[in-house]
Order: sequence, then structure tokens, then C-alpha cells
Amino acid sequence: MVANPLTKNIDMSRPPLDIAAYEANDGYQSVHAIAKGLGPEDVLELVKGSGLKGRGGAGFPTGLKWSFVPRGDNSPAQKYLVVNADEMEPGTFKDRLLMEGDPHLMLEGMIIAAYTIQASKAYIFLRGEYTVSEQALRKAIKEAYEKGYLGKNILGTGFDLDIIMHTSAGRYICGEETALLNALEGKRANPRAKPPFPQVSGLWGKPTIVNNVETICNLPGILTYGVDWYHGLTKGSDHGTKLFGVSGKVKTPGCWELPLGLPIRELLENYAGGMQDGLELRGFLPGGGSTDFMLPEHLDVTLDYDEIAKVGSRLATGTMIVLDDKTCPVGMVGNLMKFFAHESCGFCTPCRDGLPWVDQIFRDFEKGEGSEKDLQILHDHVTYLGPGRTFCALAPGATAPLGSGLKYFKEDFEKHITEKRCSYKH
Amino acid sequence: MSQQVIASTAKKARSLSPEEIVEIEHEMTLYPDKKAVGLEALKIVQKHQGWVSDESLLGIAKYLDIPAADLEGVATFFNLVYRQQVGKNVILFCDSVSCWIMGCEGIKGHIKEQLAIDYGETTEDGDFTLIPVPCLGDCDRAPVMMVGPDLHRNLTPEKIDSIIADYKNK
Ligand SMILES: Cc1cc2nc3c(=O)[nH]c(=O)nc-3n(C[C@H](O)[C@H](O)[C@H](O)COP(=O)(O)O)c2cc1C
Ligand code: SF4
Ligand code: FES
Repeated sequence: MVANPLTKNIDMSRPPLDIAAYEANDGYQSVHAIAKGLGPEDVLELVKGSGLKGRGGAGFPTGLKWSFVPRGDNSPAQKYLVVNADEMEPGTFKDRLLMEGDPHLMLEGMIIAAYTIQASKAYIFLRGEYTVSEQALRKAIKEAYEKGYLGKNILGTGFDLDIIMHTSAGRYICGEETALLNALEGKRANPRAKPPFPQVSGLWGKPTIVNNVETICNLPGILTYGVDWYHGLTKGSDHGTKLFGVSGKVKTPGCWELPLGLPIRELLENYAGGMQDGLELRGFLPGGGSTDFMLPEHLDVTLDYDEIAKVGSRLATGTMIVLDDKTCPVGMVGNLMKFFAHESCGFCTPCRDGLPWVDQIFRDFEKGEGSEKDLQILHDHVTYLGPGRTFCALAPGATAPLGSGLKYFKEDFEKHITEKRCSYKH
Repeated sequence: MSQQVIASTAKKARSLSPEEIVEIEHEMTLYPDKKAVGLEALKIVQKHQGWVSDESLLGIAKYLDIPAADLEGVATFFNLVYRQQVGKNVILFCDSVSCWIMGCEGIKGHIKEQLAIDYGETTEDGDFTLIPVPCLGDCDRAPVMMVGPDLHRNLTPEKIDSIIADYKNK
């Protein structure tokens, strides 16, 4: 049985499979199943039953999200699907692999998702810098139209779907789903108030589902090989496989598809090859730049949403950033704060004014000009920028590495103050 | 200062070229409303002109019949819409966390030395502009940068030298 449904077709040493080769490897079977009578409600039940959780960061159950879209004759005729391909969080490099490596898998997943919610238009919101992904997807879209998987009356089902490519122009906030909708509508990408949730009132006020690239790529496997197969993939309590990445000073950084539920140690040691010679592990961010630090003592925690939450962090994107003992933790957090300060959309005060303040304090620390008072201001900002105090999750995301960094690397912050310099610099 | 303001408000909309119009018209078929095409139009004009001048921005606003202030709001929001002239090749240099851990600061120092430009600047010969960019999603091959549409990975000072030479000869 297939054990790596997301990457089974991916071999980056050659171009991605064309549509014929993709079909020959069980590709587009789900669309044929739909043509043979699998209804939208049936697909919804399958996806709910699969236990698939969103891979964009928040881990929200996909089937449940879809079920909020109004159905039936009284619901708005136009609905939209949007694929969130804005991947821009520091340390996150997984959606790029899927789009460059197997673009048809994403298109097949999009057809399944759009059919379930009965959306006749789907936008791909693609990061502008992903030029290779754009080429791969455009070619695949063309092939799918020619084969009748897209367009009018797909395989005689009466279901129509157009996929439209939207390339963005670089702003992290566009990845936040309501900001993304504003960007697609041609506005400044400030987030929107929720409720109403996009599922009810999204793009141009119509019901809209926003899903991450990797979430969408899970769908073809679930329909083709079944829910029991999907449940058999995991080694833990969450279902399916996931892309896991490791970057930083390990021997073999990379991105791999693995079952959920493996111990973190296995990812770091067996796949990433352990730390580079002469370096020790100090800590790591388990799922991108807006997750809390974890420590070497957490290496036996399993790669599951709930297990990682128990030690105060988040699995989030599953792409891990490793901190070694010769790299300054204060500098690392400072680098992240510079990013968040730059990417604040400027809509709400704590984030617009707080993050640049935090950023400035880190610049001072780097120069050896940080004080105890500055440290207190940083602690205060963990609260001021935290959940519930800002309009969207960007600022709370910044407090994850900030708060956990202050806690776990306290002595490094103190040392910068007492020695008036960064002792990691030679 | 005040003189500058007067000068910019006195600027006239540029008529968009036939090529630009064809591409913008195509984008308009993909969205239910003209306003949505603002960013696409800015990108199309940038592709043809290299950047988005005030005259171009006014031209787009006029063509799409949207307030110039709204379009300016969009143009200034996005990192990759250039409201100043840039060089022939734009270097998007990743300075986010994984690249930082892998030593991108040293690489940036080397670029600065070789091209005699810092962030936001263009070389005297107009060949290169250097701009920082957040994580390029290739962190396992850090440090990373783009030159134009092309990605360059696992950067070293030697690689930087040969990349610069390649684009100069293009
Ligand atoms: C500041 C910010 C940036 C985000 N960037 C992305 C992104 O690049 N890609 C993504 O899929 N989700 C991103 N998200 C999460 C989305 O808002 C949303 O939860 C996700 O696309 C839902 O997809 P899923 O249910 O399939 O996970 C971001 C959230 C925030 C607050
Ligand atoms: S938290 Fe930051 S990014 Fe989010 S709405 Fe407020 S200012 Fe914008
Ligand atoms: S941090 Fe540079 S590519 Fe991700």
C-alpha cells in the first residue's frame, strides 16, 4: 500500500509528472469516482471521517471547516475555494516542494474540495517569488483543462470548475486567510473582523473555503485509497502523513514526508542526520517562526498536534528550525522580531508600534546596549502582543519565540547586559 | 519638499501600451470586479517598464477607473511592487532566520563589497539592485537568494562571484 501519498510522485531530479504519467499512478481516480456517483455529501463524510487537520498552521479539522459552508437551494449560487500558497513564514519550506514536485496532486485535491462545497471558481493564491511553482502549476492546469478535469461539465457530472492563478507580491500577512481575501479583491491586505467567517461570507461576500496547499494535497489519497488506509498511515493520535522539514546546522537539512506521531528525535537524528560535528543542540522551533521553542529534553515528544501542545508549543507547519550552541539565541529571536515588525500590516496599535519597539531593543542587545529595563519591556510585550489583544494572529505568533526565548535563554539575555556585548561574536 | 509635492501632483497619467492593455484585459476576465485587478495591473506594468512610476500608476488607475489613492495604497503595501527605478537584475536576498543561522550576514557583506551597494541601492552601472526578502521557502539550502526569477542556493562567497559574473554577461 502507498505509504507516502503526498510525495509518491516527487523526484526533484526530474520535471514533475505530466498528466498521463500522473494518471498512470492512480492520479485523478477521485474525479472518476465523483463521475461514477460519489456526491458532495459523501465526500464531506469521507473527509470528516479521515480526521484530516489543516496543515496551514492552525490544525483545524478540514471536514468540519467545510461543513460550515451553506448548502442547498437557498444558499448563494457562487461559492469559492482558495488555496493558500503564500508560504512565507520564516523556516517554512514544504508547500514549495509539493507545487514544484507534483502540481497535479494539488489540482486533483482542489477539484475534490471545490466539488464538496460546490464552488465553481477556485483561486490559487501563490507567493510571487515562487516562479518555478507558478510554471509547474500553469502547465498542469492547461493539461487538466485539455483532459476535461477542469472547465464545464467535468466528466459529465454537470459540475463546472475554473482554476485561476493569482500571484502575490510579497507580504506575510497575505497568508492570514481574511487578509488574503482582501488581497484577492485588490485591496490592501489588512485582516477582516471575524465573524462573519469566510465559510459564510468570504470573497466578494460569498461563502469561501481557504485551505493550505498541503491540506489540499491530502485529499486525493483519502478518496482513492480510503479512510481506513488513511488511518493506517499514522504512528500517533493524529491521522495521515505530514511534511516535516529541518533547517539550521544539522548534517543533512531537508524536507520529508513521514507519518504523524514519530518522536522528534527520529526526525532530527535519522533524517536530518543530527547536529553538525562540534555542535550541540540548544533548542528548536518545531513548526516555523511563530512557534514556541522546545528544548533537547523534549526530543522524545511525538510529532502530534496535541503532544507538542502539551509542552507549550505548536506543531504548526512541521518545519523545524534548529538552534545550535554556537549560535546566539538572542540574535535568533531578534532576527524573527525584525521579520514580524517588518511584516506587521499596521492595522492595530500593539502590533504596529509594539513590534518595532521590540525589534529596536533586540538591535540594542546585539550592540551590547541592552538593559534590565529593556528586558522588562520585552516581557511586557509578550503580554501586550498576546492572543486576544490584537486584531489577528500575526502579533501573537511573534510572542511565541519571544516569550519562550526569554524563558529558556534567560542567562543569554542577562549575559548580553552584564558583558555589554554578544559573546557569540568573535 | 513642498516643491516636490507640487511636482508629483502635476504628473500626468501615462497611456498604457497595447501589450500592457491586452494583459490587463485578460486579467479582468478572471475576476468579478475591476478593482481586483489593481495588483495584477501594477505587476504587468512593472514587467514591461521595470518599475511603477507615478505616471504609470495614474495610467492604471485611470484605465481601471479606480481612485489613484486606493491603488497607491495597494502599491505601497506590497514588497515586490517597485515605486522607484531598479537595476536590470533585482537581487532578493533572504535574511530570515534559517539563512541567518547559516551565515547569510557574511554573504551579504561579500555582495556589499563586490557590488558596492547596500539594501535598497542600485549599482552605478545599473546592473543590480539589492533588496532583503523574508524567507524564500528553501531553508534547507540556506543561505538563499533570488536574482530576477532565478533561485540560488547554498550560497558561498565564491558562488556569489560567479553568479554576479553570469548576470553581468547576460
Ligand atoms: C500572519 C499569518 C500568516 C499565515 N500564512 C499562511 C500561509 O502562508 N499559508 C497557509 O496555508 N496558512 C497561513 N496562515 C494560516 C491561515 O490563516 C489559515 O489558517 C490556513 O490557510 C487555513 O488552511 P488549513 O485549514 O488548510 O490549514 C497564516 C496565518 C497568519 C495569522
Ligand atoms: S496583529 Fe499586526 S498584522 Fe494583525 S491586524 Fe494587527 S497590525 Fe495587522
Ligand atoms: S530563511 Fe532563508 S529561505 Fe527560509
